[in-house]
Amino acid sequence: MPHYNKYFDQELQDLKELVLKLGGMVEEQVSNAIISLTDRNVELARETIKLDHLINKLEVEIDEKCIDILALRQPMGPDLRFVTTAIKIIDNLERMGDMAVNICERVIDIAAEPRLKAYLDIPRMADIAKHMLKGCLDAFVTRNTDLAQKVRLEDDMVDALMSQIFRELLSFMVEDPHTISRATRIMFIAKYIERIADHATNIAEMVIYMVEGRIVRHTDPEAGN
Amino acid sequence: MTAMEQVVNEIDAVAVIARNVNFYYGESQALFDISININPKQITAFIGPSGCGKSTLLRCFNRMNEVILGTRITGDILIRGTDVYKEGTRLETLRKRVGMVFQKSNPFPMTIYDNIAFGPRMRGLKDKAALDEIVERSLKQSDLWQEVKDRLNRSAMELSGGQQQRLCIARTLANEPEIILMDEPASALDPISTSKIEETIQELRNYYTIVIVTHNLQQAARCSDYTAFFYLGRLVEMDTTAKIFQNPSQKRTEDYISGKFG
Repeated sequence: MPHYNKYFDQELQDLKELVLKLGGMVEEQVSNAIISLTDRNVELARETIKLDHLINKLEVEIDEKCIDILALRQPMGPDLRFVTTAIKIIDNLERMGDMAVNICERVIDIAAEPRLKAYLDIPRMADIAKHMLKGCLDAFVTRNTDLAQKVRLEDDMVDALMSQIFRELLSFMVEDPHTISRATRIMFIAKYIERIADHATNIAEMVIYMVEGRIVRHTDPEAGN
Repeated sequence: MTAMEQVVNEIDAVAVIARNVNFYYGESQALFDISININPKQITAFIGPSGCGKSTLLRCFNRMNEVILGTRITGDILIRGTDVYKEGTRLETLRKRVGMVFQKSNPFPMTIYDNIAFGPRMRGLKDKAALDEIVERSLKQSDLWQEVKDRLNRSAMELSGGQQQRLCIARTLANEPEIILMDEPASALDPISTSKIEETIQELRNYYTIVIVTHNLQQAARCSDYTAFFYLGRLVEMDTTAKIFQNPSQKRTEDYISGKFG
C-alpha cells in the first residue's frame, strides 16, 4: 500500500534494494570462501579478502540512509520496524562478510601443508549456512515469516554438524599431534561457518519482528515461538 | 465483593467512561456508538484525520458541544460515576471538574493575576492570601511562574503565544480540575514553546487526567501514555502509545500512523 508521500515510498524501496544488494555480495563472498577451501585455491581466497571493503562501504552507506530516514521521515509502525530491522540486518550481513574473510585467511594458512582429510561435513555445513542466508534474505524481501521460521530451524543442523566436526578433528589431533596446526585451523573454519548460520538466524528472527512486531530472539523455534 | 461494590470500584478506576455515545450535528451524525474508558492520572491522546470526531468526543466530556445549535447526543458519559448529561447536572460544577485548553490561547483582557484568579473568584473566593497562593501554584505548575512573577499585574495580552497558552493552562489548573481536556494545545506554537507545553503536560500527569487531541502524531507519541485512533466518527482502537506507534492491531491505524492510503 503506497504512502501519501511517494518520495517516502521510493526511499523505502531504495533501502530494500540496497539491503538485497549487500546480501547478494555477502552470499558471493561466502560461496567463494568455501570454494577456495574445498579447491585449495589461494588465489580465490586472496581475491575474496580484497573485496571485503566493498561490503563495509555499502554497509556504512545503508546505515547512513537508515539514519536519514529515521531523522527526516520519523517513520511509524511497520515503516519504523522495517527501518530498524534493516539497520540490524546489514550489521549481521557485514559480520558474515568478515567471517568469509576469516575463512579465506585460514585457507591461506593451511595451503602450504598437505590436505588433512577430504572435506565432507564442512561443505555440507556450508551448504546449509548458505541456504539459510539465501532463505533469510528471501524472507526479508517477501515478508515471509514461514520461511524465516524454517531458517531458524535449520540452525540446529549446523550446530549438530559443528559438534561432529569438532569430535572428528579432536580424534585426528589425539592420534597425531602433527595435525594440530591444520586441525585447529579447520576447526576455526567450521566455527566461522557456524557463526554465519547464527547471523542468518538473527536476520530470520528480525524478519519475524519486522512483519509481525513480535520479538522471538532468545526463544526456542521448536516450541512454536 | 458484591456486584455493586465491583461497579463502584470500576468507576473509581476510570476517570471518564463513554458508553455507546452517538452524536449528531443536526441531521449529520458525527460519532457512532463510541465506548471508551479514559484512565485516571494518565495522558490519553486522540488522533485521527480531520472530521474523524476526536474533537467532538472531547467536547462531549464537558458539554462544550451544547453551545452549538441543533446538536444531539445519545449514550452515557460518566465522570467518576457522575452522569454528565443527567438532568440537574450543573454546568459550572462540571466545567470546574473538567477543564479545557483550546487550540488558540484565549486569555481574558485583564492582568495575568486576574486571569488565574478568575475561576476561584467566580466560585466566591475573596481571601487575598488564598488567591495569591492559587495564582503562584497554578503558574508554577504550568511552568510560567519564573517568567511572569515580577509582572503579575501586567496585561496577559503582552505575553507571547506560548506564554499565553501556558497561562490558559494555569487558569484551568486554578480551578483544580480532575480532568483537563486539550484541543490541539500546541498547534499554533513554535517548536520551543511546543516542547515546553509538552513538558508541562507530562509534569501534570501525576496530578490530573489529561486528554489531548492532536494532529501531530509525533506529539502524541512523545507525550501520551495511551492513544486512541478515530476514523469517520468511530473509535478504531485504543492502546498504549508505544503499541499504537510500533505495532497497532488494526490495519486502519497502521495506515494512518505511517501515512499510507488505499
